[in-house]
Amino acid sequence: MRRKTVLALFLFGLLATSLAVLAAADPSGANTGGIANVPAKEAGKPTLEEIGAAVGQTRVAVNFVWTLFAAFLIWFMQAGFALAETGFTRAKNAAHTMMLNLMAFGLGVIAFWACGFAFQMGGSGSAMGSSVSAPEAMSKLLGPTIGGNVWGLVGGTGFFLSGVSYDVAAFAIFLFQMVFMDTALTIPTGALSERWKLSAFTVYTLVGGAVIYPIFANWAWGGGWLSTLGKYAHLGHGYVDFAGSGVIHLTGGVLSVTGLMVLGPRIGKYVKGVAQAIPGHNLPMAFLGCFILAFGWFGFNSGSTLSGTDLRISIIAVNTMIASGAGASLSYFCTWWKFGKPDPSMSINGLLAGLVAITAPCAFVTAPAAVLIGAVAGVLVVWAALFVENTLKLDDPVGAIAVHGFNGIWGVIALGLFADGKYGGGFNGGPEAGVTGLFYGDAGQLVAQVIGLGANLLWVGATSFVMFKVIDRVIGMRVSPQQEMQGLDYNEVSSPGYPGEGSPVHFPVFAKTGAATTPALKPAPAGGK
Amino acid sequence: MKMITAIIRPEKLEEVKAALFEAEVEGLTISRVSGHGGEKTVMESYRGHPLVYEFHDKVRFDIGVSEPFVEITIDAIVKAARTGEVGDGKIFVTNLERVVRIRTGETDREAVTPVTVLQKTR
Repeated sequence: MRRKTVLALFLFGLLATSLAVLAAADPSGANTGGIANVPAKEAGKPTLEEIGAAVGQTRVAVNFVWTLFAAFLIWFMQAGFALAETGFTRAKNAAHTMMLNLMAFGLGVIAFWACGFAFQMGGSGSAMGSSVSAPEAMSKLLGPTIGGNVWGLVGGTGFFLSGVSYDVAAFAIFLFQMVFMDTALTIPTGALSERWKLSAFTVYTLVGGAVIYPIFANWAWGGGWLSTLGKYAHLGHGYVDFAGSGVIHLTGGVLSVTGLMVLGPRIGKYVKGVAQAIPGHNLPMAFLGCFILAFGWFGFNSGSTLSGTDLRISIIAVNTMIASGAGASLSYFCTWWKFGKPDPSMSINGLLAGLVAITAPCAFVTAPAAVLIGAVAGVLVVWAALFVENTLKLDDPVGAIAVHGFNGIWGVIALGLFADGKYGGGFNGGPEAGVTGLFYGDAGQLVAQVIGLGANLLWVGATSFVMFKVIDRVIGMRVSPQQEMQGLDYNEVSSPGYPGEGSPVHFPVFAKTGAATTPALKPAPAGGK
Repeated sequence: MKMITAIIRPEKLEEVKAALFEAEVEGLTISRVSGHGGEKTVMESYRGHPLVYEFHDKVRFDIGVSEPFVEITIDAIVKAARTGEVGDGKIFVTNLERVVRIRTGETDREAVTPVTVLQKTR
């Protein structure tokens, strides 16, 4: 009875609500927003100047929103890195590996805020154009003057985001560049995991985020000498690295190589010189990390226009997507053929390898070229992972060197080969024609790309090797063998990733009183009552 | 009293449990264990390196029973867990010296027999 009353009331209410829809204001949205929203002295009747001002500000606002939103997506990639790396490593090191990923951000952002950003972008200021750029006041580029041109080596304004860099555009650029820097620094946390001392890692992150990464990023993106190779030396458009196959991924790969040269392999990885399998503890976690990375990569690549009004973003996003699919497919088939069954962790690596390889050329190539670039990456990553472990004897549990190092190089070169000349006119202050690769008639572009690769290997390789050597000498890079065997979760951080049953650590919950004894049993009456 | 320890295939757990309950053997403990018997070694690979699985996943039952239940329990397990292939597992029967029910302090036969069964037999 009561249930029927409630039902009747509910139906009546629903009917009343649907009748109220008749009085709706603007359900289709067609009448919301119009000339009344153009700021004008006389509402609804703006002058041409007022319309122009509104359009200009709206375009810049769209670019801001796009850039910030892309940066948020890229920041989410840190979750992908953390999950992928932790899934590929063992349970006894789970909290430690997660901690490396967390603090690559926490420490890195402070170092980048203090001086990394200034070194990278402090010489790149310009009047706001068709994309977001640092404010004009941030244009102190330091470097030698040769032939009347300044060949920039490092920026000199924007320390602590204060002074001239207390500016909306500077902050937007900071956020975008900061998440890129974080991505580069978090790549070695996978390669060096399961044996790296947190104290050594702390120094690495601060130095990497303050100096090593920003200097190279200045050369490529901050108006430095690599980017002006086109303007001053007529090599295509200078070193072009749209979203950072070289600046981010190769840097991360090189940091991994030099770090591993100093750190050495995990205990048990090589038995009489032969690499052994050390399976990761949670492949589904690694898969989830891979999906999150692929999702964030849309921000990585299409966000790198720094402009939501540059409609090339659709081509960039699709190139990114199909290259990753080609990479995953090829490593899937490649491992199937090579090992008898498809290898899940290598297929994850293959998808990421496709993404890394398309990161530099994503804006400049056709869809078939994107598929080809991804496909090559999918094969290259399998070969490179085996080469790194079996020939170079570098113990990289997650395949970071194969994914980011080798495919970073491939991506930078692929741009020099496949760029079709349809996009990027005036890029880096270069010629008005689009960025053109060797196969479309410009060998100069490929030369600039190779110079960029050489500069990255030399700068990042040399400085990071010296840094790791010094860290090793002063505080030590590696935990003790006992700590490594027991697990870094029980030695390097205060609590393990997976406490509880099966944990090798004893939690003395009842340890307060002295003698722990079993209370004497009283005989109970028979019958079980 | 005997302690019956049975090692069976994990996929047979449900059937063995049902057979034991059918036979009114209701007090039991199970654990996930790994073991090596007559089965072949399984080869897999991880990132291109061979991965050898010499131990196979099994489920272990630990059942303390009074004498009348020994054969009933063994029969139930054998009937439910057998597939006829290598790897069906083993049953070990050992003497049990003393059993104490923690809740009441009852010992031996009263302790190994579930309360519900005791009530029924009375």
